[in-house]
Amino acid sequence: MSTTVQGRPAAVTAAAAAPGGRSRGPARARWAAVAFVAPAWLYVAGFYLYPLASSIRMGFQDYTVSSFYTGVAPYVGWDNYSKVLHDSHFGRTVLNTVVFTAGSLVFQFALGLALAVFFNRRFPLGGPLRSLLLVPWLLPLVVSGTAWRWILDTDSGVLNHALLQLHLIGHPVPWLASTHDALTAVTLVNIWVGIPFNMVILYGGLQSIPGELYEAAALDGAGGWQRFRHITLPLLRPVTAVVLTLGLIYTVKVFDVIMILTQGGPAGSSQTLTTFAYNLSFQQLEFGRGAAVGNLLIVVAVVFAVVYLRATREQRQAGR
Amino acid sequence: MSRLLRTSRLFRPAARPGTLAALAAAGALTLAACGTGSGAGGSGGAPDTLTEIDYYDAAPQNTQLPQILDECAARTGVKIKHQQVPRAQFMPKLLQQASARSLPDLALIDNPDLQQLAATGGLVSLSRAGLSTEGLYPSIVQAGQYQGQTYGIAPGVNGLALYYNTDLFTQAGLKPPTTWDELTADARKLTRGSRYGVAFSAVGTEEGTFQFEPFFWTAGASLKALDSPQAVQALTLWKDLVGSGSASKSVVTWTQADVNDQFMAGNAAMMVNGPWQLPTLNADKKLHFGVVPIPIPGPGAKPVTPLGGEVWTVGHSNAAREAKAVAVVKCLLGHDESATWSKDAGYIPSNQRAAAQLAASDPQLAAFVQEVGTAKARTTELGTDYPKVSQALADAIQAALAGGTSPEKALSQAQSAARN
Repeated sequence: MSTTVQGRPAAVTAAAAAPGGRSRGPARARWAAVAFVAPAWLYVAGFYLYPLASSIRMGFQDYTVSSFYTGVAPYVGWDNYSKVLHDSHFGRTVLNTVVFTAGSLVFQFALGLALAVFFNRRFPLGGPLRSLLLVPWLLPLVVSGTAWRWILDTDSGVLNHALLQLHLIGHPVPWLASTHDALTAVTLVNIWVGIPFNMVILYGGLQSIPGELYEAAALDGAGGWQRFRHITLPLLRPVTAVVLTLGLIYTVKVFDVIMILTQGGPAGSSQTLTTFAYNLSFQQLEFGRGAAVGNLLIVVAVVFAVVYLRATREQRQAGR
Repeated sequence: MSRLLRTSRLFRPAARPGTLAALAAAGALTLAACGTGSGAGGSGGAPDTLTEIDYYDAAPQNTQLPQILDECAARTGVKIKHQQVPRAQFMPKLLQQASARSLPDLALIDNPDLQQLAATGGLVSLSRAGLSTEGLYPSIVQAGQYQGQTYGIAPGVNGLALYYNTDLFTQAGLKPPTTWDELTADARKLTRGSRYGVAFSAVGTEEGTFQFEPFFWTAGASLKALDSPQAVQALTLWKDLVGSGSASKSVVTWTQADVNDQFMAGNAAMMVNGPWQLPTLNADKKLHFGVVPIPIPGPGAKPVTPLGGEVWTVGHSNAAREAKAVAVVKCLLGHDESATWSKDAGYIPSNQRAAAQLAASDPQLAAFVQEVGTAKARTTELGTDYPKVSQALADAIQAALAGGTSPEKALSQAQSAARN
C-alpha cells in the first residue's frame, strides 16, 4: 500500500478544491493531502488490514498453542476449511445462523416499524415513552443478558411463572435448557435487543415524509391501511434498505447475547458461526479452524456490505 | 446479580461475553504477537519486581492469595505485581503473553492446561531448578509434568463430593447415599414442590465434563473410548435423574456456582460440588449440611474423581529473575504456607501428610481427602488432546440431557467427533 497510490485521488480532490483558492504548487498540495490522509490509512492498516491478513493466514495454518510461543505454524492449505466443513456441528450451525438472523431481522423490523408508526402520532407522554423504549439499546448486553437468563429460567423464571398463571402452558418450558427451545429463546432476546435500533431509524424516516401526502390521500378517501401501504412503505424504502442491511450485518456477528444466555448450548442447539469460532479457538484450542470459521463470517459480512454500498450508491444517484 | 455472575474459581462460564468477539479474536491474538511486550515479565531489568497472574476473582481466595504472595515475596526480597484475570480470559491472555515472549514470572494455572502451556516451551522446568515434589499426591505431580519434566506444582488440590442437606435428610428419615441406586431413590424421595432431589452442573464446557467425570470414571470408563458401555451407564444415570424430575432440566445451564446457589437456597437436597464452596456454605449459619464421597455404581467400586486445582509455574525470562521466581514458588509450597492457604481457601493440601492431618481435624474435608487419594488427573490419559475430548464429552452430556438423544447415540457421536 504505497502512498503514491493514495496520493492520486487525494491530489485530485485537492486540485478540484484549488480553483478560487490561492495558487499553490501542486506538489505541496499533494504532500499536504497525503499528510492528512496518512494517519487514517495507518490506522486502517494497523488495526484492520493487518489483523485481517493474519486471520486469513492463520486459516491456512496448523496453529497450535505452541505456535504462540515459537511462532512456527506449518502451512496446511485448505485443511482447516475442509475439517470445518466436515465437522458434524457445521451444518447445524449454519442453519442456526440463518434462522437466528432471519428471525431476528423480520421481527425486529416489523415490531420496530409498528412502534415507529405508533409513536409518529402525537399523544401525551409519547416522547418519554419513546425514550423508555431505547433502554434495551442503552443497557450493556452483559446486564440485559443476565436479566434474561433469570427471566427465562425453567423453574424460577418470571416468564414461565406468568405463562403458567395464564394457563397458556401446562408445565414449565425449558427455554434455555432444551435443544428444541434454546434457539427460539436467544432469537427472542436478540429481537428485543434490536427493536430500538429499528424503531429509531424508521421513526426518523417517518418524520421526513411530508404530512400533506397523508392529508391528500385521506381527502381522496384512502383508509389507514391504504395510506400505510401506498405512502409510508414506498417512501420509507431507502431507510428500510439501510436498516435491513445494517441489521443483517449486526445480527450475523452477534456473539454476546448467545454467549451469556446459552453459550451456544445445550449440545450446540443455539450455536451460530460466531460462537462456533470462539469455541474452536478458545475451548478446543484449534486456532486454525477457529480462524477459518471467522474468515467465512467475514466473507458473508463483506458480501452484504457490498450489497449495502451498492444500494446506497444507487440511491444517491437516483436522488440527484 | 453478583450471585449469578459470580462463579467458582475453578471454572467460569465459557466466556466473559462482549469482550471477545470471536470474529476478531484470532486476528487480535496475532496482532499481539508482533506487538511489543505487554510489560508483564519479560527479559532485562533488575529482578526486584516479579509479575504474577491468576484467575482467583471470587472471595475469599481473591484476597488471601495476594496476602500469601506478599509474605513470600518479602521473604525472598522481591516485590510482586499481582494480576487477576477472569477464568475465561486466562488462557487467551497467557497465549498472548507467550507470543510476545513475556510470560509472567509466576502464573497459577488450572492443572489440565499445564501440558498445553508447557508444550509451548515458555515455562521453566521446576525439577531442573531443584524443586522437589516429594510427599505430594502422585496424581497432582503427574498433572504438573510434561515429557518427564515438572513444570507446575500445586499448593493445594480439590475434587468433587456429594453435599447433602442434613435437615431434609433427617426429616425424610434417610441416610446419605453411597451407591447409584441409593442416590436415585433418595433423590426421588426428596423431590417435592419446587425442590429437586439433586443438583449438578452439566454446562457445555470443561466445567460440565469435570462434574461428570466422577461418575464416568467410577463406572470404569476411559476418555479414550467415550462410547464404552461403562460410559453409557454413567450418562444413563444422569439422564434418568433429569428425566424422572429428580434433577432440574436447567442443569445444562448451571455452572458449579449456580449449583451451589440452588443448594443454599434450598432448591436442591443434594449437590455435586467441590471443597472451595465450603467457606461460602459455612458462612450461612442456617444451612446444615454434610459431605460424603461420590456414590458408586455398586459395592466394591472405588470413587475415582477428577483432580482439580491450580499449579504454580515459572515463565522463562533471564537466569536472575527465574531464580527469584523459583524461590518464591518454593516459599509458596512450604508446609505452613500451603497449609494456611488450603485451610482458608477450601483446598486440600497437596502434601499427603498435611492432608491427612487436616482430614482428622476437619470432618467436612474428610470425604474430599479420602477421594483425592484415588483421584485422577484429567490429562493423564490424553495429554494435550484433553481439551478436544472434554468438549466432545460435554456436548454428549447435553445432547442426552436436553435433546432427547439416547446416551448410546450421544456418546458414539462424541467419540467420532473426538477422533476427528
